[in-house]
Amino acid sequence: MSSVLYDVPGPKARRVSLIGSVIGVIAIAGLLWFAVATLAQQGIFEPERWAVFQIPDVWVLIGNGIGATLTAAAVAAVIAFPLGLVLCLMRISDIAWVRIPTRIVLEFLRGMPVVLMMFFVLLVFATGSFTAVVAGLVLYNSAIFAEIIRAGIQSLPKGQREAGLAIGLTSFASRRSIELPQAIRRMLPSLVAQLVVLLKDTSLGYIVSYEELLRKVQIMADFLGPDYLFPVFFVAAAIYIAINFSVSRLAIWIEKRGSRKTAGGMAHAPVAGIPAK
Amino acid sequence: MDVIIENLPAYVDGFLRTLFLSVVSGIFALIFGTLLAAARVSPVAALRGFSMTYVEIVRNTPLTIAFFFAAVVLPRLGVTFQQFEVAAIIALSAYTSAFIAEAVRSGVNSVPVGQAEAARSIGMKFSQVLSLIILPQALRTVVPPMINILIALVKNSSVAGAFYVMELFGYGRQLANANGDAVLWVLVGVAFFYLLITVPLGYLANVVERKVAISR
Repeated sequence: MSSVLYDVPGPKARRVSLIGSVIGVIAIAGLLWFAVATLAQQGIFEPERWAVFQIPDVWVLIGNGIGATLTAAAVAAVIAFPLGLVLCLMRISDIAWVRIPTRIVLEFLRGMPVVLMMFFVLLVFATGSFTAVVAGLVLYNSAIFAEIIRAGIQSLPKGQREAGLAIGLTSFASRRSIELPQAIRRMLPSLVAQLVVLLKDTSLGYIVSYEELLRKVQIMADFLGPDYLFPVFFVAAAIYIAINFSVSRLAIWIEKRGSRKTAGGMAHAPVAGIPAK
Repeated sequence: MDVIIENLPAYVDGFLRTLFLSVVSGIFALIFGTLLAAARVSPVAALRGFSMTYVEIVRNTPLTIAFFFAAVVLPRLGVTFQQFEVAAIIALSAYTSAFIAEAVRSGVNSVPVGQAEAARSIGMKFSQVLSLIILPQALRTVVPPMINILIALVKNSSVAGAFYVMELFGYGRQLANANGDAVLWVLVGVAFFYLLITVPLGYLANVVERKVAISR
């Protein structure tokens, strides 16, 4: 698309673009340099500040933090997906008194901040912080999974269901053996993208005192002294970004692979990939 | 129930601050995000690279990390704020702009190629093609996803409550601590005020989506 917006650059345009690029790079480099210089003034790059990473215990704490983050995300995802499937089937049920209450519940869950749900579970049910984090993530993400799968089912040609019903399958059997397999396959990129959101949302555990990566950073900074806050924070943020980046790449890879293999290509959910929280 | 009525002024104050955070960050994010998207399709390679890197990094960073950086790490580095609202607005708009940029870019991609070709063939420059032909159509198609991003922004602003800003969630925490026996109703009240913003916005997104779908 972008190639249509302007001509194939000739010698003059290439020169202008090159000059623009050089100026742009200089401007960005200048900004970065300013940031680094400001940090250096604070003594951030003194080797002893980063020497904390020679202490094995620091890495043990970071490892524990990553473990806690991934555990919460994995448990939540494993519970949220089947629940989302059930909610989706209820949402598109033929029976009005199943469909309408489900719709209200889904609207409610989607309109609520995740951190508020975690907090609610933590205080009202007086659970531990792990349960609160997982419950908050499950409640929110199952609603999103339900909407994604519903978008997938609606993106299928009408004939799929009609053919299923015509050969005598019950409504549920048609959903289960004809529509859902296709819908889930089509929506795989959106579902994986939502997994990234779920993984990112585990960091909200910080707020309900779940000892995930960010909380461990805080604990370490409190223990080692404020001088070490930046190095520890920097490493934790880099780890978070690296993990999320890998899962995002996985989603893109599935989408590329899927659009070759899945009949009708991939569909997109209107709700997926949004920084939902 | 009584807890909500007794503390109504606190709720309203928090509600207004949530609204304020969302509106200000939303405006900044819309402007910055659109600029990022324009940079992403521009002929200048450095701008494209910058926009791509920014979006990739920010989209994969948890919001809590962004808040932690703005409200805890920055002050330690000598950047102090008079009010924590400023830190919250920086974190929220920096975070949301990446998602706006992606939405606008997908909108740009959804405009039929012939539009750009026609504009080019009557002699428009890149800046004219983009501002007169592509963006007006692209922004139209991205209104529904954009509203969804803004809904997410309203919900995301709740994280500010954990970083010293007394918005809806911040008051919720305070009231929950003060009224240990009525935690349920305190939080139901908070939820109600969030739904007051998010449900109408979601309804709006549906209506706009249907309108756009008909016109195309």
